[in-house]
Amino acid sequence: MKRSMLLGATLLASTALFAAAPASAATKFEFWYGLSGDLSERIQDMCKTFNASQTDYEIVCVSQDNYDNNLQNTIAAFRANKQPTITQIFDAGTLDLMLSNAYVPVRQLMEENGYQIDWSNYFSGIASYFSTSKGELLSMPFNSSTAQIYYNTDALAKVGFEGIPETWSQVEDVARKMKAAGYDCPVAFDPAGAWQWFEQFEAVHNQPIATNGNGFEGLNAEMVVSKGKFVDQLTWIKKMYDEGLFVHKSKDAGETANDAFVNGKCQITSSSVADHGTFGKQAKEGVHWTNAMLPLLDGFSRTNSLVGGASLWTLKGKSAEEYKGAAAFYAFLATPEQAEWWSTVTGYIPVTNTGFEAMKAKGFYDAAPYKGRELAIASLTATPPTENSRGIRLGNYASIRAEMVKTIQAVLFNNVPVQQALEEFDAKGNEILRRFEATYAGQELL
Amino acid sequence: MERRAYYRNGWLPWLLIGPQLILVLVFFYWPTTQALYWAFTLEQPWGGGNTWVGLDNFLAIFRDREYWTTVVRSAFYAIVTTGLSMTVALTLAAFVDRSLKGTRFFQSVYVWPYAIAAPAAGVAFRFIFAPESGLIGSINAIWPGIWNPAINGFHALAMVIVCHAWLGIGYNFIFFLAALQMIPRSITEAGAMDGARPFQRLIDLQLPLIAPTAFFLLIMNLISSFTDSFGLIDVMTEGGPIGQTEVMVYKIYFDGFKGLDYSGAAAQSIVLMLLVIGLTFVQFKWVERRVHYN
Repeated sequence: MKRSMLLGATLLASTALFAAAPASAATKFEFWYGLSGDLSERIQDMCKTFNASQTDYEIVCVSQDNYDNNLQNTIAAFRANKQPTITQIFDAGTLDLMLSNAYVPVRQLMEENGYQIDWSNYFSGIASYFSTSKGELLSMPFNSSTAQIYYNTDALAKVGFEGIPETWSQVEDVARKMKAAGYDCPVAFDPAGAWQWFEQFEAVHNQPIATNGNGFEGLNAEMVVSKGKFVDQLTWIKKMYDEGLFVHKSKDAGETANDAFVNGKCQITSSSVADHGTFGKQAKEGVHWTNAMLPLLDGFSRTNSLVGGASLWTLKGKSAEEYKGAAAFYAFLATPEQAEWWSTVTGYIPVTNTGFEAMKAKGFYDAAPYKGRELAIASLTATPPTENSRGIRLGNYASIRAEMVKTIQAVLFNNVPVQQALEEFDAKGNEILRRFEATYAGQELL
Repeated sequence: MERRAYYRNGWLPWLLIGPQLILVLVFFYWPTTQALYWAFTLEQPWGGGNTWVGLDNFLAIFRDREYWTTVVRSAFYAIVTTGLSMTVALTLAAFVDRSLKGTRFFQSVYVWPYAIAAPAAGVAFRFIFAPESGLIGSINAIWPGIWNPAINGFHALAMVIVCHAWLGIGYNFIFFLAALQMIPRSITEAGAMDGARPFQRLIDLQLPLIAPTAFFLLIMNLISSFTDSFGLIDVMTEGGPIGQTEVMVYKIYFDGFKGLDYSGAAAQSIVLMLLVIGLTFVQFKWVERRVHYN
């Protein structure tokens, strides 16, 4: 229903276009994406702008509601040879795509269609996530984000903290003072946020999640989470939870961590920088907040954080004309105006150095509501990507992430000892990895 | 005289049952054989090919301790849901059958839950049971922390079971009521004249007489609670917290679609199918013996 309405809308838009310019029939191609609500509307705007900007191609953009659905539907469509030309795949699905043999590498696509793209212009932390280990970019960086921590500045001021906490021990300190000052919920915590609380923690502390450089060097990587710093961190989170300094907030509990933060009920939360815009719009009257880079453990210096979000994959089995259209669409996305518009209306970060510099020069980041978003870039580019921070290249990683959510829940709610819980997590992760390795037996990582 | 009707030409009967046959083949046997094939191979999600692995997929799930937990949980879920739903439905039907005041009204009202789609009911029940803001959650104001399905797996499972049982009540009710009304009034009246109270009559007269219906409902309910819980769980808990509302059918969905492990999910489907077939077989073989038709 929704889909046919969207199709109808695009058809209407395109007929209007044809009426204006009765040119030869445009080549149509489909783009499936996994965003909904406000973000979906913005993508529809983007598609309309693209269709209006030229007459050779017509992109039909279809929302599949969320990343999971989009991946499932894309796979089903691909198996039935009805796949879209472009599909949006989330970070955790990158290796699943890489081995699928179902895509055209973006570098090859752009070259074959005569576009000169300066690939080194892309932020190295973003490019490395979606590239082969030799540095060839396979998919087009699209909506990129990274994790941030958000503070209620009034609550910080009330407990007399100068500036912004930069280490977890400072966070503990202010959380304890906030509790004493009468705040029920100093830190909102949702175990489902394994991405910000676990993966990003490992990256900024330069800790490996798996051997082989988080899987970049081969499918026989093994999980090593129970041997690293996350053991201490989860132990700390458990302690904070038991003291009531971290408060469980989730959809199941009746209120999400983000909602609790913008309503002023919780004073600290961690989330994607993509929520920066949403927080700005939703923050209740009188709630003042700011964002910052993720805190560190004492004695650590910052390594770059991981890029989150999704990238665009071009699928095999389409006509040369459709590929020309896809290349034109990517080139359109990379124009400075378009990059800036996308970053402004969503909160996702610009993906190229020049895009970021241009926005900075225009003073985009100097004042509210966009001030603070530059910290995401600072976090992503804090260091050149290391073996542990260039990305996660593990098979069926979405399942492994789900296991981490269960692990954190087991520690918090059922008092499973941290070391034991993480060893079980590693064992389950290894099972998933071995199964993936067997499914793609004989294939080499690019 | 030949009492059996038969067709003179050979192809007409096939033509007549053709549409039905095609439906069954396309929508049941074909997917089943496909699943069976995948269960013995490692299938690449994008269709790049597969390798024959024999019984490896089955051995892998049987070795998995968590899988057995899921099986036990599914059995518990099915038994409690069936028991709850049938008991409540029978009680309601027995009262409506006694032609108390307002019977006609309740007769139609009790069927309504059956018309509600599972996900819609799931959303409603999630609100009712929400620990911080829901109707049931308000008992937390009296005894803090006594009810919290968001962090307590047993609470979450109870919540889903109650919702599933509630959805089935309408269906069970209508069958029980029809069965009760089929019993000749004279039998009940004779019992009453001998001094049996309504409850005694229910146990001694009505229950044995509606045994075939109860048996039918038992099978339908058990099958449904093994296979239809997916929508509810997906809406209410997504298998959590800590995977403690993950039943067999939800694990199949998760491993197959979210985990992209098509072969593991296919093997689990085969196991679930065999389990349901086995259960039904056992019931016909052992339970039905104690049911007297007519």
